[in-house]
Amino acid sequence: MESSAHSPVLAPAPSSRLAAGLGWRRRGVNTAMTVLIVGAFALAMIPLFSLIFEVAKRGIPGLSVEFFTEDARGVVGGGGAAHAIMGTLVITGVATVISVPIGIMAAIYLNEYGGDSRLRKALTFFVDVMTGIPSIVAGLFAYALFELFFGPGIRLGVMGSVALSLLMVPIVIRSAEEVLKIVPNHLREAAYALGTPKWKTIVKVVLPTAFAGLVTGVMIAIARIVGETAPLLVTTGVIDSMNTDPFNGRMQNLAVYAYNEYRSPGVMNQAAYDHAWAAALTLIAIVLLLNVAARLVYRRYKTEIR
Amino acid sequence: MASVDTTTNAGQLLAAASGGRRRRGDRVFSRMAVVSAVTILALLAGVAIFLLAEGAPALTASASELPGGESFVDYVAPLAFGTMLAAVFAAVVAVPLAVAAALFITHVAPPRIALTLGYLVDMLAAIPSIIYALWGVFVLGPAAVPVMEWLEGHLGFIPLFAGPASVTGRTMFVAGLVLAVMILPIVSAVAREAFALTPRRLQEGAQALGATRWEMIRMTVLPFGRSSIISGAMLGLGRALGETMAVTIILSVSGAVTFNLIGQANPSTIAANIALNFPESSGLAINALIATGLVLFAITLVTNMGARAIIARQDRE
Amino acid sequence: MSSSRWLVVIAFAATLALGVAACGSSDSGGGGSSGEVSGEIAGAGSTAQQAAQEAWIAEFENENSGATISYDPVGSGGGREQFLAGGVAYAGSDAALSSEEDELEKAEKRCQPGELIEVPAYISPIAIIYNLPGVEGLQLDPETLAKIFNQEITSWNDQAIAADNPGAELPDTRITPVNRSDESGTTENFTEYLSEVVPSVWGYEVSGDWPVKGGEAASGTSGVVEAVSAGEGAIGYADASQAGELGVAKIKVGSEYAEPSAEAAAKVLEESPLDKELSPGKHTLAYKLDRKTEAEGTYPIVLTSYLIACTKYDSAEEAEAVKAYLEYVVSPEGQELAAEQAGSAPLSSALTQKVTPAIEAIEAG
Repeated sequence: MESSAHSPVLAPAPSSRLAAGLGWRRRGVNTAMTVLIVGAFALAMIPLFSLIFEVAKRGIPGLSVEFFTEDARGVVGGGGAAHAIMGTLVITGVATVISVPIGIMAAIYLNEYGGDSRLRKALTFFVDVMTGIPSIVAGLFAYALFELFFGPGIRLGVMGSVALSLLMVPIVIRSAEEVLKIVPNHLREAAYALGTPKWKTIVKVVLPTAFAGLVTGVMIAIARIVGETAPLLVTTGVIDSMNTDPFNGRMQNLAVYAYNEYRSPGVMNQAAYDHAWAAALTLIAIVLLLNVAARLVYRRYKTEIR
Repeated sequence: MASVDTTTNAGQLLAAASGGRRRRGDRVFSRMAVVSAVTILALLAGVAIFLLAEGAPALTASASELPGGESFVDYVAPLAFGTMLAAVFAAVVAVPLAVAAALFITHVAPPRIALTLGYLVDMLAAIPSIIYALWGVFVLGPAAVPVMEWLEGHLGFIPLFAGPASVTGRTMFVAGLVLAVMILPIVSAVAREAFALTPRRLQEGAQALGATRWEMIRMTVLPFGRSSIISGAMLGLGRALGETMAVTIILSVSGAVTFNLIGQANPSTIAANIALNFPESSGLAINALIATGLVLFAITLVTNMGARAIIARQDRE
Repeated sequence: MSSSRWLVVIAFAATLALGVAACGSSDSGGGGSSGEVSGEIAGAGSTAQQAAQEAWIAEFENENSGATISYDPVGSGGGREQFLAGGVAYAGSDAALSSEEDELEKAEKRCQPGELIEVPAYISPIAIIYNLPGVEGLQLDPETLAKIFNQEITSWNDQAIAADNPGAELPDTRITPVNRSDESGTTENFTEYLSEVVPSVWGYEVSGDWPVKGGEAASGTSGVVEAVSAGEGAIGYADASQAGELGVAKIKVGSEYAEPSAEAAAKVLEESPLDKELSPGKHTLAYKLDRKTEAEGTYPIVLTSYLIACTKYDSAEEAEAVKAYLEYVVSPEGQELAAEQAGSAPLSSALTQKVTPAIEAIEAG
């Protein structure tokens, strides 16, 4: 949900007009509110900087070349987190591949085909409800689903992806819907007037216009799920070896890795805590990198809507 | 809504001019879209069925069979209370802040840096929830202890701040604040979109009549964006209702049902309760936990229905 | 367009990097040389055992490069459930399989045609940690301890505490008792101790859920340690290996005040009898800890965690791997490693002699 248009800065009224018509009371209220607004923004920024600072401060000691290149197999009380990093990338990647197409198609349905149908009303309503599913329930559901087909004790990387998709889809749909709504009708009608079929209009006109906003929506959804631990604990399991196959066996990931290191650090707990914070820092870095990539895409493909 | 409007000339032209192949393409595509929509509803129905099926044994069990020896209603009521308390507190803190931040970005800050400021606020959404949780415990909690002691000392007559203030800072107050920070970017992004789209003419009109900037905002931007603010608030509320990790790690949960935000005894939330107890549970206890998940589902449903009703009434006015 | 080419280049480079990283690091290879075990087995259960299991797995995989062992710390309840359903080969549990809900019977059925194995493999003292600057070497007797934790005693300079600590200067700070907010084996063992030793003061039912409302609650051992560190006047109970810099109280056993040490913890288990009801089979060794012991050199607030397995498995490879791994776990080397890495108490030699035959009963090879 990127704000593509900034409200135009209306020229402040010349002071003579202000002085003439306004009492000091109204001016005072205006100033007070401006201060409040600026203050509120500053207040909202404090946690952001505090967070990044604290995680960086505690995480940097845990970083090392080993952290990024070695997994923890066979290393007592140490080792790296390469298996966790790969696991996060794979699980998140698969979750994105599952949720983005279905989410965007559903948003297209809501915005372009739904009309006043009951299906549309139901979907809009329930997408909001979906945002409230607790992450652990999503994990339990995914586990139950796979247990039906594969028996108990099944642990697969793709199960985690399914659980995470459940959490991603409502965000993708919501933000895609908002962006598609903003695409002005006259673009569509111009295409129809030229005889373009509806589906082609959507694919060749609407989607490219909305592309940048869609990417931003996907980024927000990814950010939402990349740090989830609870659903993954019951679906992907825990392992100290590298595994990049989501359809075969357990897979480690950064969030679960950080959580485990924090929760059961063993006797040499400082090293474990360092690992946990370093994993947290890596997580933030991954999300920030994705965000930066999204901004670059946004800036390249942003279309001015007149 | 941007569907084909056959009342316009363009629409009629399309309807008339489409050849057989094009109609097939349209059918395939629209079918794919419908299938996606239906799949998602089916998935959600699946989750609801799962919750019902797994939760049913606990709903029908007698009090003596359930963990803690109390009836299911007695078990889930404090959890539902805690869930609502945390989420409402978070929303009450986050929504005004988010609206103010959105106003700042769209109307107060110089437009050249407005986009960057927007990114900064969005970055709050990029931080994973476990990091918020650890930050709440290690940083915000200890920092909040003097604030809570001040509140107890000066505003202790309000039941919210009755105290005694916790010495570790792991209270509903801090957990609520962390939740507020987590949902702020969601509310702010939605509000920002609406504020930026406020028609120029409305705003210019207000200014022409001699309004100060604040008066213009109050008269045009805020009313225009009211339903967006509410829907953003509802999205944020939904997020806060379901947030697991932050509450699990931060909150000192000791079963008391109280409005006291700064004490060490706090009610748990449904999501945190599941996370805390699921690992060690077996048998009927697991069914009870899933049944509480069903209750949370119902709460989210009701909250959303309420929001829709409010927005519908706004639109009608 | 150059920008789209840019994106393609980035995507290609990323894929390349991922591919190199994936191939570059070690992965579970094929079989090793003779004497080494290979295959994949999975276990699940107690989080108390997690640090130890990680160390055991790492060392075992070092010596058996073809084997991949995993342990999901989903909690004792989850571990037992997984085991009963046949989803994992072995489970770690802070509580022995109970007779409630036919757990024990279901386990025996799961193992058929083989037999059920249940042995203690992880013993860890639970320390009473406190944060009271200026007061070192706090001593408490069980009654005072119980009254502190059920909130009957609310101030540090209370008579009862002073009586246990003659000569110490106790401030009038408020006591903040810290307990576990999540269900845990540590809570269960601590409350079991209190309800057996001072039942007149501690009348609550023994369970993994902390029974007293209104205290400060934290999630996980790390949470409790963190909460006690953060609050002046706080006192809590946690795995002794995590106490760190915090003060650790000495608890009265008999006429002496005992410190939580590995030896003292192991000694308690040694002096305790088997729980006949929960040990029906030849290879099930569930102990009824004698918490009321007054023997010298014991520390009765301990957590015992069990390993649950079967004597027969569907595949010969699985059986071989499980047997080799569990043999390592209960061996003196394995127990030493756990003591080093996780702070547990190694099984005494008397116990090792009882436990090893149970593991040897696994039919493999």
